[in-house]
Amino acid sequence: MSATLEYLRTSPLTWIFVTLLAYRVGVWLRDRTRGHPLAQPVFIAAGLVMALVAAVDIDYGTYMEGGLLIHVLLGPATVALAVPLHRQAHHLKEMLVPLLVALPVGTVVSIGSAVLMVRALGGDRALELTVAPKSATTPVAIGIAEQIGGVPALVAVFTMLAGLLGAVLGPGLLDRLRIRDHRTRGLALGAVSHGVGTSRALHDHPTEGAFAGLSMGLTALLTSLLVPLVIALL
Amino acid sequence: MINGALWLLGCQLVGEVVVRWLGLPVPGPVLGMVLLFGVLSVRRPGPGSGTLRVADGLLRHLQLLFVPVTVGIMVHAAAVREQWVPVTGGLVLSWAAGLVTVAGLVTLLVRRRGVAPGDAS
Repeated sequence: MSATLEYLRTSPLTWIFVTLLAYRVGVWLRDRTRGHPLAQPVFIAAGLVMALVAAVDIDYGTYMEGGLLIHVLLGPATVALAVPLHRQAHHLKEMLVPLLVALPVGTVVSIGSAVLMVRALGGDRALELTVAPKSATTPVAIGIAEQIGGVPALVAVFTMLAGLLGAVLGPGLLDRLRIRDHRTRGLALGAVSHGVGTSRALHDHPTEGAFAGLSMGLTALLTSLLVPLVIALL
Repeated sequence: MINGALWLLGCQLVGEVVVRWLGLPVPGPVLGMVLLFGVLSVRRPGPGSGTLRVADGLLRHLQLLFVPVTVGIMVHAAAVREQWVPVTGGLVLSWAAGLVTVAGLVTLLVRRRGVAPGDAS
C-alpha cells in the first residue's frame, strides 16, 4: 500500500495529471465567473498545485519531473505566435513607426523605473539587478540576470509576477486609460507582461493577441540589449 | 498535424542553433517565431493547414504552459517576503509605468500619423 502511495506521490505522471486538472479547474472558474480578472487559469492552477505539493510534502524538483513535460512546450508555443501575427500582417505596416518608437522607450522606462523604485524603497543592489529584466519573457530574463549579477532563481519569480499583473490588472488599467484600439492594447500588454499577458490578450481579442506576441518578442530582444546600458547609467 | 509540429519544432531548433552559434542575446524560440513568420509570408498556407491548426491549439492553452514555472514561486517565497516592500513597489509601479508609457506613446503616434496625410496635402 505504502509503495503504491509513494509511486503516486513522486511519479511524473501524477504531476502532469494534477497540473492539467488544476488548469481545467482554472478554465472552468474563468468561464463560470464570465472572465473575472482575478480568475486567470494560470493563477488558479498554480495556487492549487502549490497547495497540493505542500500537502504531500514533495519538493519543487520532484514536481518538475512531471511539470517539465508541460514546460518544454513553451518553446514551440512561442514559435506559434507567428501565426496570429501572420494573420495581422496587413496591419503591421501602418504600426511600424509607433512600434519602433514606443517599444524601446517603454523598455527603458520598465528597466529604469524598476531599478530606481527598488533603490528608493530600500532594496539592496542584488535586488535592483534582479528586478531590472522582469519585463522580458522568463528564459531571457534569467539569461540577463546571470550576465549582470542578479539572482537568476528570483528573476523567474519576478517575471511571473509581472506576467500575472498583466493578466489580472492589465486590461482593466487600459480600459481606465480609455485605450480601446486592440493593436495598442496588445503592444502594451506584451511589452510589460510577456507570454502571460499575451495569453490574456489572445483570449480577449485575436488582434490584441497578435500584437502582444510581436511586442513580447521585440521586448525580449530590446531588454537584453538595454539592461546593461541602463544599469551602467543609473 | 505532424507536419505542423515539424514546422514549429523545426523553426525553434534552427532558432536555438543560430542563437548559440552567433552568440545572440535573443532566446531561440523568439528567433524561431521570426523565422516561422517569414515562412508563412512566403508559403501563405490555407486555413486547413496543419501548422495553423497546431499553433492555434497550443496558443489556446498558453496559460497552461506557464503553470510549472509559476509553481516555482513557492521555492522563493521566503526570500521575497524578506524584502517585500521594495519588491512590491519595484514590480507594481514599474510594471504600470511601462504599460502606460507604451500605450500612451502608441496612441499618440497612431493619432499623429492618422492626421499627417491631411496636413501634407
